[in-house]
Amino acid sequence: MIVSQAVFTAGLLDPELTAPDGLQDGRGAPTSKRFDVYRNNVAVSLTDALEGAFPVVHKLVGAEFFRAMAGIYQRKHLPESALMMFYGHKMPQFLKRFPPAQSLAYLPDVARLEIALRKSYHAADAEPVTPDTLGALSPDALMAARITLAPALRVVSSIHPIHAIWQVNMVAGSAAPVRVPETVLITRPRFDPQQHVITAQEAAFVTALQDNLPLGVAMSKAGAELDLGTLLGLLLRQGAITKIT
Amino acid sequence: MFDTPKQTLPNTPGVGYKPQHYSEISDAPGPLGWLEIHAENYMGDGGRPIAQLRELSQIFPISVHGVGLSIGGEGRLNPDHLSRLRQLIEWLNPASFSEHLAWSTHDSQFLNDLLPLPYTATTVARVADHIDEVQNTVGRQMLLENPSSYLAFAESDLSETDFLREVVAKTGCGLLLDVNNVFVSAVNLGFTPQDYIDAFPLDHVGELHLGGHDEDHDDHGAPLLIDSHGREVADPVWALLDYTLARSGPKPLLIEWDTDVPDWSVLAAEAARAASALQMVAA
Repeated sequence: MIVSQAVFTAGLLDPELTAPDGLQDGRGAPTSKRFDVYRNNVAVSLTDALEGAFPVVHKLVGAEFFRAMAGIYQRKHLPESALMMFYGHKMPQFLKRFPPAQSLAYLPDVARLEIALRKSYHAADAEPVTPDTLGALSPDALMAARITLAPALRVVSSIHPIHAIWQVNMVAGSAAPVRVPETVLITRPRFDPQQHVITAQEAAFVTALQDNLPLGVAMSKAGAELDLGTLLGLLLRQGAITKIT
Repeated sequence: MFDTPKQTLPNTPGVGYKPQHYSEISDAPGPLGWLEIHAENYMGDGGRPIAQLRELSQIFPISVHGVGLSIGGEGRLNPDHLSRLRQLIEWLNPASFSEHLAWSTHDSQFLNDLLPLPYTATTVARVADHIDEVQNTVGRQMLLENPSSYLAFAESDLSETDFLREVVAKTGCGLLLDVNNVFVSAVNLGFTPQDYIDAFPLDHVGELHLGGHDEDHDDHGAPLLIDSHGREVADPVWALLDYTLARSGPKPLLIEWDTDVPDWSVLAAEAARAASALQMVAA
């Protein structure tokens, strides 16, 4: 009786199935509780990984809901690599279609923010330019310049106040969220991702820079209301600009 | 045949590195001679994990311990994973690299557990092929770790120690002997752990592991030990360590504690106990 890894895997993932034939204890007797150890290890380790990855979603729905939801998620979306720190990247789409979560419309976007923070944390390091680098350019050169942003930089836009929701769940004493759309710029000055709520114009500008458009073009994409000096100052102080060409 | 690492693991205690112990370990390492890391936790592109590892590697010899290669898998090794492993080993140049006799990936789905395989000529050949590929890719010898077993396969026709001997003979890999795993498997499958140690090719052991286990019972009321790495090493496992060291001589000796990770002082006390066990055989 050969137990293929396909059969073993199917048994692991479906608690309704009996343990595969051909597995036994030390005396040759069939055993199901021993197979359950592996079942349990897989389920608990994946649930723990998701809890660690989505602390705010976990707080918002509560431990019991989260565990049940994680059980369904992992049977639908097993990890595709052994890098568990990136497990759960389909959580936003999953939550969008998960009927029991429909009353919390902001949940998928909060999950998106948590994924972006994790990606930022593990992103490549890059030496930032010094703050005086931009000031040294003539106005014409500045408009034609292409600005490279740090690999750890992320922009997450939502019609919900995702930063305020994150903040009130993670930082004691934070103000209650107000129902407004929020766009979050994530920077990583050294090791810890920082969140900044930015305007739609600022987000358009940053996105244009990410698309490698010259600064002047990025400005026109953002529109006249953009406060360029403030935004560039923020990016420079946060070490988010790594190259100007 | 393979590149020589810049240093080897000393025959002293090491611990599985946890970021929460970073400052205590760097400030006052006590009996610690080296650190072990899980390879997968350092396969990101940058940030704090890699920076910390870079700093620690200036202080301690590092052992890279993989948990995700799926050496025993029926399918081919994941080429992305293998290439990330090669990159890590290239920049870190660790003192040792080890992986498990287990599988964890099926059809590109990663199951995040060390799953068991039967011991037959077919699985010897498969594991040996995978180890050849790993050693050729990372350019150095790897150590293969004995698993903790909760069940056996009816189809197995080799003992675990004979299986490991054959793999060593085919690939030139070394072995990582986890003494707690031997004890857990012995209780779970009803063999004598000292007999297992007697049959183990100790000449090929490059590192020993110790960790804590939990106690449960199977469907028939028989004891079932779970390799949880969540508590102190049990007394009979320390005794089995002494038995092993008396035969193997001193070896690099790791304390693993991966769940419910305690304060540094608790882990440091385990490392101190490991140091005494090593001193007994060195004397």
